[in-house]
Amino acid sequence: MIKIKDLIFLYQKKNDEGQVVHETKAVDGVSMEVHQGEFIAILGHNGSGKSTLAKHINGILYPSDGDVFVKNMNTKEEANIWSIRQSAGMVFQNPDNQIIGTIVEEDVAFGPENLGIPTEEIWKRVDAALKAVRMEAFREKSPNRLSGGQKQRVAIAGVLAMEPDCIILDEPTAMLDPKGRRGVIEAVKSLNKEKGITILLITHYMDEVIDADRIFVMDKGKVAMNDKPEEIFKRVDELKALGLEVPFATELAWQLRKEGVDLPDTILRREELVKALCQLN
Amino acid sequence: MREITIGQYYMADSPIHRLDPRVKLAGTFAFMLTLLFQKNFPAYVIAVLVLFIVVKMSTVPFKFIVRGLKPIAVIILFSIIVNMLFVPGEPLFKFWLFQITREGIVMAIGLSIRLSLLILGASVMTLTTTPNELTDGIEKAFGGLKRLGVPIHEIAMMMSIALRFIPILTEETDRIMKAQMARGADLDSGNLIQKIKSLIPILVPLFVAAIRRAGDLAMAMEAKCYNGSVGRTKMKPLVYQKRDRFAYAIILVYIAVMIGLAVLAPRLGFGF
Repeated sequence: MIKIKDLIFLYQKKNDEGQVVHETKAVDGVSMEVHQGEFIAILGHNGSGKSTLAKHINGILYPSDGDVFVKNMNTKEEANIWSIRQSAGMVFQNPDNQIIGTIVEEDVAFGPENLGIPTEEIWKRVDAALKAVRMEAFREKSPNRLSGGQKQRVAIAGVLAMEPDCIILDEPTAMLDPKGRRGVIEAVKSLNKEKGITILLITHYMDEVIDADRIFVMDKGKVAMNDKPEEIFKRVDELKALGLEVPFATELAWQLRKEGVDLPDTILRREELVKALCQLN
Repeated sequence: MREITIGQYYMADSPIHRLDPRVKLAGTFAFMLTLLFQKNFPAYVIAVLVLFIVVKMSTVPFKFIVRGLKPIAVIILFSIIVNMLFVPGEPLFKFWLFQITREGIVMAIGLSIRLSLLILGASVMTLTTTPNELTDGIEKAFGGLKRLGVPIHEIAMMMSIALRFIPILTEETDRIMKAQMARGADLDSGNLIQKIKSLIPILVPLFVAAIRRAGDLAMAMEAKCYNGSVGRTKMKPLVYQKRDRFAYAIILVYIAVMIGLAVLAPRLGFGF
């Protein structure tokens, strides 16, 4: 589905004469492969290069070196760019800055309109997309009257209406309250489970990544870890050294283990912790 | 949240609301243009009557329509006074340096009716058409200009994005003002120059934020395959209905009547 090979991206700072005075490697030799239907989480603190990486998959940024393939199409080739953007949709952090329409349903229709989908088909897609994120009751409302979480679900519906194979979400919950966050993450998970859409979720929040199939941890433009959640969160010390948190249950189990309580190191969820604690004598 | 609505759309489901925005644009232009050349009262009577019928059909309350006159009340008053005082003709009465003439009074009344009708005509259109329909209508109606190199799709897109962002930027202005006031900024005192100077710490962050938003929005639009108007379809395309053609016919009749009056009325002694 998505194949990234030795991706390097340089941010160049130029002076007034156009000479490069400073170079930063935002992404430094990243390779990864994502299969159809996977739910991938990308973690990393600010400036670790995770957003830059995401923008490559959608063809907004082009590699300085290396290649990005979406469904075997190279993002470097101009001719591919529209079908790449159609098959790998993107949701951004700020809900206000990605809603174009003045009415919810018209905003959802923006993507299909750009693709040149016939009118009746647009209506069908908008209906289906709004239903999938459970926003059909708001279809004729102004986006300005929605909460952050609702706006973000509208943004997801807007991508969904383009019928992508893959959705990349770049910190979609960073500006939301807990309730809005839950709604967005639930919508994303159900798209992955029910429609088999590949998800790349970039986030700060650990509780959102527990159910991921795989987690990539980014640091200084490189992939520092790449594994299943259970395996990743065994390495609490390493994660902390990278400036990341671990899920609350994992953290508590880790602290207890340090105090000599005999707990397994694979605990991610509260229920698992409770169960493990109850089995102690 | 402060809600600013451009043109003050009045939500209702009336025959006027349902008309194609292009028809309403054409009708408003016809109404305004034919008024500009009128110098006779029978034409005004007809215009007032037509406007009255349209307003009745639109179910918009009269107070909403008349509200549109408020901002230009001063201009109307000013032109009435100027016309009464300075139009030469048969004097009715004099005081000090001034004289008021019969012609002046007629001219003043005519002018104020004409100005009011122009404004009222425009507000009927904006009250019955959503901003979105309006930009759609403009894009489609002036689509022919594309061949002359006028980026009409882009202009319409800019208009609709501007409309979408007005409330967001209003909110942002509010937030910045409060933030600066919390830091001790004094926005309300001093003379005009000081007041304008105190706006700088509000405008600078506002512009920076707006430009950042614009960058984000452009990226989001590109990510959704936006590529200008080429190959674009519409969720709600504008298609003329029977009622729209009927409305066009009425507009044509109206134009004919008004032109007829403009030519004939002065000869029959109704002009001024």
